[in-house]
Amino acid sequence: MNWPLKNIQIDGAGRLRHFLTIEGLGRERLTQILDIAQGFIEVDSRHKANMSLLADHTVVNLFFEDSTRTRTTFEIAAKRLGAEVVNLNTTRMSTRKGETVLDTVRTLEAMDTDIFVVRDSASGTAHLIARHVPETVHIINAGDGRHAHPTQAMLDMFTIRQHKGGFSHLKVAIVGDILHSRVARSQIHALNTLGVKEIRVIAPGTLLPTEIERLGVTALTDLDEGLQDIDVVMLLRLQLERMEGQLIPSTQEYFRCYGLTMERLNRAAAEAVVMHPGPMNRELEIASDVADSERSLILSQVTNGIAVRMAIMAQLVGADPNASQP
Amino acid sequence: MRLHIHNGRLIDSADGIDEVRDLFIDKGRIVDPGEAGADFCADEVIDATGMIVCPGLVDLQARLREPGEEHKATMESELNAAVSTGVTSICVPPDTNPVIDTPAMVHMMRQRGRRINRARVYPLGALTLGLEGERLTDMAALRDAGCTAVSNADNIVDNTLVMRRAMQYASTFDLTVFLTALDPWLKGNGCVHEGEVSTRLGLPVIPEAAEIVALARELALIETTGARGHITQLSCGRSVAKIKDARERGLPVTAGVSAHHLHLSELDIGEFDTRCHVIPPLRSIRDREALKEGLAEDIIDVICSDHQPHGFDAKLAPFSESAPGIAGLETLLSLTLKLVSESILSLPQALSKVTANPARILGIDVGYLGTGAPADICIFDPGEIWTVDTVEMKSRGTNTPFDGQSLPGVVYWTLVAGQVTYFRGDHT
Repeated sequence: MNWPLKNIQIDGAGRLRHFLTIEGLGRERLTQILDIAQGFIEVDSRHKANMSLLADHTVVNLFFEDSTRTRTTFEIAAKRLGAEVVNLNTTRMSTRKGETVLDTVRTLEAMDTDIFVVRDSASGTAHLIARHVPETVHIINAGDGRHAHPTQAMLDMFTIRQHKGGFSHLKVAIVGDILHSRVARSQIHALNTLGVKEIRVIAPGTLLPTEIERLGVTALTDLDEGLQDIDVVMLLRLQLERMEGQLIPSTQEYFRCYGLTMERLNRAAAEAVVMHPGPMNRELEIASDVADSERSLILSQVTNGIAVRMAIMAQLVGADPNASQP
Repeated sequence: MRLHIHNGRLIDSADGIDEVRDLFIDKGRIVDPGEAGADFCADEVIDATGMIVCPGLVDLQARLREPGEEHKATMESELNAAVSTGVTSICVPPDTNPVIDTPAMVHMMRQRGRRINRARVYPLGALTLGLEGERLTDMAALRDAGCTAVSNADNIVDNTLVMRRAMQYASTFDLTVFLTALDPWLKGNGCVHEGEVSTRLGLPVIPEAAEIVALARELALIETTGARGHITQLSCGRSVAKIKDARERGLPVTAGVSAHHLHLSELDIGEFDTRCHVIPPLRSIRDREALKEGLAEDIIDVICSDHQPHGFDAKLAPFSESAPGIAGLETLLSLTLKLVSESILSLPQALSKVTANPARILGIDVGYLGTGAPADICIFDPGEIWTVDTVEMKSRGTNTPFDGQSLPGVVYWTLVAGQVTYFRGDHT
């Protein structure tokens, strides 16, 4: 077994080989991805320039945990770049019967797959697969357990930059189930890498992971206090199925203390915007009038998701969008 | 077979001996050097010049995987691995399949060990039938079959009343109770220490409280029943303080720690290195240092291997789904000696943690080299450095995060009952 200590996301020549976590990717690399995505947004998304970048490539969406939304955006992104897309929704039940995650991947590898987009309910699955595929195969982490969801974080960064023009002047609050959230972890790494002024994470004590301050954030339990001067409010989905009845006593109590209402949003900075990775639980994390207000960037997040994922795929296979001919 | 071990540095912490001295062996036992005298005619003379001669190591916690999991390892493979690094007595937890909860199983394990004729095997009797935590085993019968201690392995008896009665009953028959301090509710499906690394990697946690809460219960039951308890593995600094306090109040409790908890921390998990998936989990560096301090102050009596060999694909899974455990038998001596090179322990003190102390706790007649003692002996070069290489490991399990590390201490001879069970080759 080989456990390299180096960042396995970067190859020997300094190119992005896998996209597993934001951690360890520098500001330049993240900015480059955002810039490429910007290019994809600016040209007509069905333009031929995009169509050929991933021609002759096969992208397999390997989802051990079901997610129609994320899978669909990856599928659209890959198709716009001209790739062949295979969707494989498989439960990990089969792995319990004997076939391991790696067996599944090896089988698919034999079909000349170039990119695996992997989602799994266990933290570390994308890393595990990345460590055991041949050099020509790229892994994109589409969410692993509570660990990371780096493409979501990148589309959030794209959306923030689009509406706020940059990062260095921003104070950002991440509100909700930080403990179970892979989105929050990736957002924290991305925001810190891109150099925001301050990150606050706000949740009841049961949903705040221990030593979260080590990731470079301030942890708070009071939402009203935490929203002071905040420019961007990033809400997280409350995974009700994971709450086990003890992490929060009831949905009513949660909304009472941590639901984002217009009244609370008004405590934040003027022009503060609201984001949510979706799907939203209305009247639980967010009041409907906030979700549907002009302060909400939730719909642009979805649109931007496709461009950002296109940019990441293009980066992985080394395709330069500026060089391709129409 | 008469043996003469010549010119080695004899370290026998049980008798407070540390000097260059010859050792004479006849009929499997140590002979009084005065009596042996010049007339002693050895069949073989072992030249131990420059080497340490100490009692064979006693490992209080090693899984041999037999019976029940022979696809992972066999008693034969693991007992050979044991003697190759000086381990001559192995205490086996009762969570084999079938469980060691009947005298027949105890006999079977012991007999199998004797037939393989390498390290000695000491099966722990189960505390409850099937380790289910409900009904007590026939402990008197287990004792008569040869058990000196009982345990419920890692299957925590969650009913405190059952646990109290089990302790009362075990102490009736003078059996030591080996205890795993881990609250099953707080452990849940956790797999790593609750701290910086769990937060960064998003892995389910086994908080420090899982150990401290369980330890508090076991200590309260030891205090009120008078049962003799041995906590097999501590992982937290706070647990060391609790044991210290219990000892100061005169409670009959001893404690152990695994060799890997003394050299690794949560940080070694890096990016999901499943070889560092162990239970109890690797904790913070502060905890690790407190464990070392506990050893130095003799609050922790024993270093065990917590040997858990696995097939190679058991670790090729997402971290939380990989099998916990390290194949630690072959690094027990070297990791213990490393504490000497780190100036944590003196050499005799370090060796006492893997020889005299565990033998005393298990209540077996080994771990010393006085006249009449069984000639279980380990002869090693303390200065020689070797590199851990999974290809060369004798254990069937190669799951060790120490792969590739250079460690001190190379064993040249291992004797069990005066018989050479391992010989590395001539020392050059």
